[in-house]
Amino acid sequence: MDFQPSADRSMLAETLGRYLQKRYPVEVRHQISSSTAGWSPAHWRELADLGVLGGLVSESAGGFGGEGFDIAAIFEQLGRVIAVEPFLGTLMAARALALIGGHEALMGEVLTGSAMLAFAHEEPTSRYDLTSIRTSAKFDGTEWILTGTKAVVAHVEAADHVLVSARVSGTEGDQTGVGLFLVKRNAPGLSIQGYPLIDGGRAGDLHLVDTPSTLVAEAGYPVIEDAVAAGIVALSWEAVGIMDVTRMATLEYLRTRRQFGVPIGKFQALQHRMATVALEIEQARSAAINAANALQGDRIKRERSISAAKYTIGRAGTLVAEEAIQLHGGMGMTWELPVSHFAKRLTMIGHQLGDEDHHLARFIKLGEAV
Amino acid sequence: MDLDFTMEEEQFRAEVRAFLKAKLPARIADKVRTGKRLTKKDHEEWHAILHERGWLASHWPPEYGGPGWTTAQAHIFDEEVSLAYAPRVVPFGVSMLGPVLIKFGSSAQKKHWLPRILDGSDWWCQGYSEPGAGSDLASLKMSAVRQGSHYLVNGQKTWTTLAQYADMIFCLVRTSTEGKKQAGISFLLIDMKSPGVEVRPIITLEGEHEVNEVFFTNVRVPVENLVGEENMGWTYAKYLLTYERTSEARVGAATAALSFLKQIAQTEQKGGRPLAEDPLFAARIARVEIDLENMKTTNLRVLAGSGSSAAPLELSAMLKIRGTEIRQELASLARIALGPYAQPFVSEALDEDYQGAPIGPDYAAGIAAHYFNERKLSIFAGSNEVQREIITKVSLEL
Repeated sequence: MDFQPSADRSMLAETLGRYLQKRYPVEVRHQISSSTAGWSPAHWRELADLGVLGGLVSESAGGFGGEGFDIAAIFEQLGRVIAVEPFLGTLMAARALALIGGHEALMGEVLTGSAMLAFAHEEPTSRYDLTSIRTSAKFDGTEWILTGTKAVVAHVEAADHVLVSARVSGTEGDQTGVGLFLVKRNAPGLSIQGYPLIDGGRAGDLHLVDTPSTLVAEAGYPVIEDAVAAGIVALSWEAVGIMDVTRMATLEYLRTRRQFGVPIGKFQALQHRMATVALEIEQARSAAINAANALQGDRIKRERSISAAKYTIGRAGTLVAEEAIQLHGGMGMTWELPVSHFAKRLTMIGHQLGDEDHHLARFIKLGEAV
Repeated sequence: MDLDFTMEEEQFRAEVRAFLKAKLPARIADKVRTGKRLTKKDHEEWHAILHERGWLASHWPPEYGGPGWTTAQAHIFDEEVSLAYAPRVVPFGVSMLGPVLIKFGSSAQKKHWLPRILDGSDWWCQGYSEPGAGSDLASLKMSAVRQGSHYLVNGQKTWTTLAQYADMIFCLVRTSTEGKKQAGISFLLIDMKSPGVEVRPIITLEGEHEVNEVFFTNVRVPVENLVGEENMGWTYAKYLLTYERTSEARVGAATAALSFLKQIAQTEQKGGRPLAEDPLFAARIARVEIDLENMKTTNLRVLAGSGSSAAPLELSAMLKIRGTEIRQELASLARIALGPYAQPFVSEALDEDYQGAPIGPDYAAGIAAHYFNERKLSIFAGSNEVQREIITKVSLEL
């Protein structure tokens, strides 16, 4: 048994980490986050040049990674600087296209940073349920026409192509009959209600009215589930990166902030709370390891580990975020202190790709199938 | 034991409801309900309406302009105004300084300042915390040196809520460095327009300007603005804090937040059914509802036992802890209920004149920001860790 990352992955993490630590300090992050675009094309291009994007997909799709621990290596570093760049949508859309196969030209453009992808699956009423798809796809004799709304699609305004799920047949709740389609950003009938997010960056609701599209997979559900699983590995490791930085910052504060004549870290009430935080972070890291490891495995085992991880990350993430603010006292409530932004991102990870309750229920249900 | 309200008390409830129906502006209630920003003018408008009826200072004795209510009446009033989505009465003048002046102020101070609190002439803010004196409040350093007919004041206060609106600030200042640190503190009233007072905003994590730093550089304060005796300020401060902490039970506000949460949980869908019917979410709501019901009774027991809004120290500490925990949980559940739509945040959408289309459900705009803002509840007015210290020392004698 070996819990050390491979040399290649260590190098990937180190390259990305060094770049981000140097070029993406928190002031820069805030500036990018609150910009009109909500991400930085310049940084994206440089990260593509560094080869980081290739870590998101497998060799057969033109990358050099795509396994759970490749994704982990990248997103842990992104978490450590709370980067607002469009990695998650790129990962999920590119992974889906890679699983389906073909699309070499588009994939090439994506991995060199010259084309942007977004992944649009969840809808306003689906509440994390991957089968709850109402958007309809109809073949009009020459092309596929989509109509429906996709909710809170990360960085959808930045995308040149959006990978959209839509119902070809069946009804809401069916796993069968969900197709995947590529839609061009400038396609007729496509509109976006874009907005900033409370934890930084931007997303948007995607409205499609009789929008022409290209079918990429008619039986898309297994692909969607796999892409979302990869997204959850990514979010879990982003959370691990955030939690590690948050723990360091909070410990530093406990050691230096003095009240009643001593550093506040001398108070047992606070020591025990911090000990619980440290324990929960290690549990969360283990959950994230399990998920990354299971991503390549068979479906039920994979999905159980994925739901276990997202449940753990959701619960621990909220605890770590709330305790970090509490232990920083009033300072933790300020915009000025980076820890408050780490706490916001950590909390909002719980609202992406399924919350604690969703994954707890899903874990139980998947267990019944074992 | 009879836990029911009397017929007279229920009649009083009806009277409060009728008043709210007739007088609470729908525009303001709508802002409170949907978590929009209240302006200074909104607060002043609501204070004036309450003052006109003689209901602004619900716990002041009648001789100073209070309604002379029983604790049960004050409780009913609190519950009804919250359920009607009235704004909370800004507490600094009415709920904090008022009781201190009534108990410790000179007759001249009472005569001058109390009517001005009621009619809105002065907006007060609270100068307690300093950068080095938060949980350890008694180690505060802002100094006031007596020079003839005035004090010369130097130092800094922080976390000063709504200081940007304030005309006056009541401050704890150090008038002596002799003896125990609690022994050299005085309670001083300072005009915010005095030369040498500077207010600087602190932006909180969700991007709002609610709190401030206030700097004092050679500010001259007339000696008649000293409340009570010099170096006795800690006694008055503790008396005020029991009011502040008891009021943090906010039973009415929590009841209103629970009812709002239930509405959201009925509207939000999960698997084609209302979220309220999801066993996991239903259990979360049920737990906090039970906690709230229990705290309502604890609160009434405390109020009935003390016969006033000032509870014994350890009981006000218990109410502060549990009251803030409950409100934080309610804010948290509203956030969770929104699902992915907790993420979008358009700050301008919280302004009254915002014309943009809602993102997701129409009640979503302020909920996540409110959740983050409410993290302050377990930190301010003496952190909940400090409150537990008080319980262990004062009540459990550990």
